[in-house]
Amino acid sequence: MARTRFRSDAGLVARMSTVMLLLGALYVTVFVALAVFTNLSGPFVLFLAAAFGLGQWYFSDRLSMAAMRAREVSPEEAPELHGMIDRLCVLADMPKPRVAIADTDIPNAFATGRSPSHSVVCVTTGVMRRLDRDELEGVLSHELSHVAHRDVTVMTIAGFLGVAAGLVMRWGMYFGGGRRDGNSVPFIVIWLGSILVYLISFLLTRVLSRYRELSADRSGAYLTGKPSALASALTKISGDMARIPTRDLRQVEGASAFLFAPAINRQSISALFATHPPLESRLDQLAKISADLSRPSA
Amino acid sequence: MGFLKNVFGRSEPPKANLDALFAVPNAALTLEVAAGFTATGVASVCYREAEGGAFATAQRDVQELLDADGGPKIERSTDEFGFTWLVCRHDPSELSDLVTEVHAVNSTLENAGFGPSLLCSVVAFQDAAHRSLALVYLYKQGTFYPFAPQGADKRDNALEIQARGILEGEIPLEAELGRWMALWGAPGL
Repeated sequence: MARTRFRSDAGLVARMSTVMLLLGALYVTVFVALAVFTNLSGPFVLFLAAAFGLGQWYFSDRLSMAAMRAREVSPEEAPELHGMIDRLCVLADMPKPRVAIADTDIPNAFATGRSPSHSVVCVTTGVMRRLDRDELEGVLSHELSHVAHRDVTVMTIAGFLGVAAGLVMRWGMYFGGGRRDGNSVPFIVIWLGSILVYLISFLLTRVLSRYRELSADRSGAYLTGKPSALASALTKISGDMARIPTRDLRQVEGASAFLFAPAINRQSISALFATHPPLESRLDQLAKISADLSRPSA
Repeated sequence: MGFLKNVFGRSEPPKANLDALFAVPNAALTLEVAAGFTATGVASVCYREAEGGAFATAQRDVQELLDADGGPKIERSTDEFGFTWLVCRHDPSELSDLVTEVHAVNSTLENAGFGPSLLCSVVAFQDAAHRSLALVYLYKQGTFYPFAPQGADKRDNALEIQARGILEGEIPLEAELGRWMALWGAPGL
């Protein structure tokens, strides 16, 4: 039966929940600290952080499209791309997102938007030129899985802590010492504390992002039933990525968290900070799914 | 459960829902009386072929099962999106046999665990002026919609809306017009 074919991966769920739990604990710590160390600015700081996070989440589709200089395309302009996404959405029983193309040679794809019905799936002309039909379909199903999993929302909530900690840091710098005369905490403590909080939350967000990528790979591969096509697309994109000159990297870095394979040179940045898991572990997982699909049915 | 699946990114492909297919013969009668469209005796099943031996086995089982009855052979073709179509042919008057055959294809694939790979089933109709009309069944939604191709890449929206009005109440119809996917070049249309 269908149920037994798609066995759940308990390890991945366990690790993901640990990370989310730690993130949540850190979040609470920050706001408890805020309440303890400040007397009137607390709610204001919270309001600012929330407003910023909300704005980023609400406008995520437009922001990312502007950052990538992507253009929405109609079914008439890109019939093959639309046809492919139409069918994948029917297979996955999800509303069809808008479709955009970014005119850049960097081979990549991303999905963004606050909810499945307000989402955009964007591919670059570079990715369409390099991949064949099955590979492009694998990439699109990976992106549609991001939409279905509401990864923009999850990652915004996760990243919210970083924003909040940054605001604490700024608040500490402006109004820090001397507010509460006798028993005030030294400015340097708040400052160092918030930096530490920010660093930890940043690393945890990155870990979470890597797990979300593996999840999207997995769901995408089961949707199309062709894990090997996705694996070959990954190999092609990552192989090409290494050749991109460093000066181009800065302009794409902002959108990097939602990209299919980040345009960051792996040699120059440690795996700890990566938003995407290393290619080997992604290929590894896809190979397992492929073996699972080849198992004779009982 | 849906919330947890989102949080952990563990969505499973939705399963297929096959039961509504058996309502087609009745709907066909209504269509003939109200609009003069009759079944052409051709129906097809569209699915996404998965890699690996398990799917190949399931696919072979389907063909052996359906070719065993001595009727016309099942044809298999692949379209430009990489989806596979199995085409069943029967005498136009034996619509319920045709639907049973389509159902058999689907349930065989579903029992082998490939329900999530099923895209749609198409039953073809034609009127005296040789206009084509297809009833497309979407498994994941469990709904039908009319598709009337007109030449290579145009569809007769007026006819589709008319068919929707006729079939209202006969079969579950897809309310979301965005899901009325165009199936250019579907075999048998």
